Amino acid sequence: MRIECPICGSRDRREFYYQGAAVAVARPAPDAGAEAWDDYVHLRDNPAGWHDELWHHEAGCGAWVVVTRNLTTHEIRDVQLAQSVKEASA
Amino acid sequence: MTVGMQMRFSALKILAEGLTGNKGWTAHWRDPQPKPEYDIVIIGGGGHGLSCAHYLAKEHGITNVAVLEKGYLGGGNVGRNTTIVRANYGLSGNSEFYSHSLKLWEGLEQDLNYNVMLSQRGIINLCHSDGQRDAFIRRGNAMVNQGDDAIFLTPDALQKMLPFLDYEQSRFPIFGGLYHPRGGTARHDAVAWGYARGASSRGVDLIQQCEVTGIDVSEGKVTGVQTTRGPIRAKKVAMMGAGRSSQLAEMAGMRLPVESHVLQAFVTEGLKPCIDHVISYGAGHFYISQSDKGGLVFGGDLDMYASYAARGNLPMVEHVAEAGMTLMPMIGKAKMLRSWGGIMDMSSDGSPIIDRTHIDGLHVSCGWCYGGFKAVPAGGHVMAHLLATGQHHPAAAKFRLDRFRSGRGIMDEEATGSQHNLH
Ligand SMILES: Cc1cc2nc3c(=O)[nH]c(=O)nc-3n(C[C@H](O)[C@H](O)[C@H](O)COP(=O)(O)OP(=O)(O)OC[C@H]3O[C@@H](n4cnc5c(N)ncnc54)[C@H](O)[C@@H]3O)c2cc1C
Ligand SMILES: [Zn+2]
Repeated sequence: MRIECPICGSRDRREFYYQGAAVAVARPAPDAGAEAWDDYVHLRDNPAGWHDELWHHEAGCGAWVVVTRNLTTHEIRDVQLAQSVKEASA
Repeated sequence: MTVGMQMRFSALKILAEGLTGNKGWTAHWRDPQPKPEYDIVIIGGGGHGLSCAHYLAKEHGITNVAVLEKGYLGGGNVGRNTTIVRANYGLSGNSEFYSHSLKLWEGLEQDLNYNVMLSQRGIINLCHSDGQRDAFIRRGNAMVNQGDDAIFLTPDALQKMLPFLDYEQSRFPIFGGLYHPRGGTARHDAVAWGYARGASSRGVDLIQQCEVTGIDVSEGKVTGVQTTRGPIRAKKVAMMGAGRSSQLAEMAGMRLPVESHVLQAFVTEGLKPCIDHVISYGAGHFYISQSDKGGLVFGGDLDMYASYAARGNLPMVEHVAEAGMTLMPMIGKAKMLRSWGGIMDMSSDGSPIIDRTHIDGLHVSCGWCYGGFKAVPAGGHVMAHLLATGQHHPAAAKFRLDRFRSGRGIMDEEATGSQHNLH
């Protein structure tokens, strides 16, 4: 698997650390309540299809990126800087 | 109730069949049409679903039950795993459960009249630092307190048992090993088949090629399922889909604390007996045993990204091979024949969930991670108990769905609590 880092270009998957579903780009407010926080910390959609996920270009530029990847085929459709995704959704 | 003629297996029967051309063997289970309604529908004909069906029928006399399987029985993880059976957990919650499971394993062949080839050859987990040795001794004490067996082996003792390890690896010398003599392996397919036969012969309908596509809920109560072979009504439904649990939950409008990951395994060509135990490396991701056919069966860690592909990528193949060569250079002479992957339902604390849901009558068993094979006897047994009595079995009382929210996670085996991929 190769990931197209928006800063470094196409890199081997081994340069990246996988964090999980990209829930952190929409973190609940501190006072959002127990339900919202349980949801955020533990519950996952876990789809057998397209999935937005956070990867860290640990052995590269150090950027956090949101990778849109198909969990059944491993095909990658899109890679964005997490920063841009967060700003766009704000 | 026994449906049809149930053949009994015995040495005498094998001899008699051998002398008469093996013409008397019959199918091990029936192939029925689905009925319009059951008392209990189990989704998933893997180890857990079949085991649950067997104990429902045998221990609770509940036989108006169907197991719905989208593929064929035993085609999921129960037939893809590396077959290790053990009760070596450290935390209450897991300890009593896996202890219960190992005891069921020890009586399983008699219970099922089926040879599951349980081989209690012993498991040895190697350690490579002072800290790891302390942690292993503590775990061993926890195992002994639970009533199971654990012996700490010094490098001298180990060298007599496992002369082929590289003890002096410059980076990770071997400091000792935690030996669990009652652990071992079993023939995974036979476990699925044995439970299937046990359930079917008592009247449970095992329905293959039947994918559940919807879960019917009315006024907060489950009423049945939609399938590729038509709707089926049910008073109770148990979701036992392992790696596919999130898809099942979604049909009921639920999300689970689970992320599905791929785990790979490997097997070499058949060799003469050379590795007598199950051995795990403590300084890298590698574990190994030798199958009864002679192949070295080994594996390592998850590929470490979410996946439903049931196949892995090369970096983990490379890592596992490197770790194996570091620990036991002799395996470099063997040729790797095959590799495969399975979909693991990774829970966020690394421990399973066996519980009711907020929907009346709808139950869930999931979060089996990479260790749900050894749990097959107990996982089915306690789910049958919950379905039949409405009470949680004492051996599985802590595997609750709300434990994440309430902060009562069971973080054994190096899980982290909030991330689904760091086991
Ligand atoms: C490579 C590998 C090595 C492993 N090694 C070990 C080990 O050494 N020891 C150990 O204890 N564990 C091990 N495991 C883990 C273990 O195999 C699993 O945790 C366990 O088998 C899961 O439970 P199961 O047998 O019920 O799952 P499965 O056999 O996967 O059963 C689930 C079934 O549900 C069916 N299903 C899913 N969705 C639907 C639907 N919509 N409708 C109908 N049916 C459906 C599936 O087709 C499947 O047959 C390993 C796993 C892998 C992949
Ligand atoms: Zn980069």
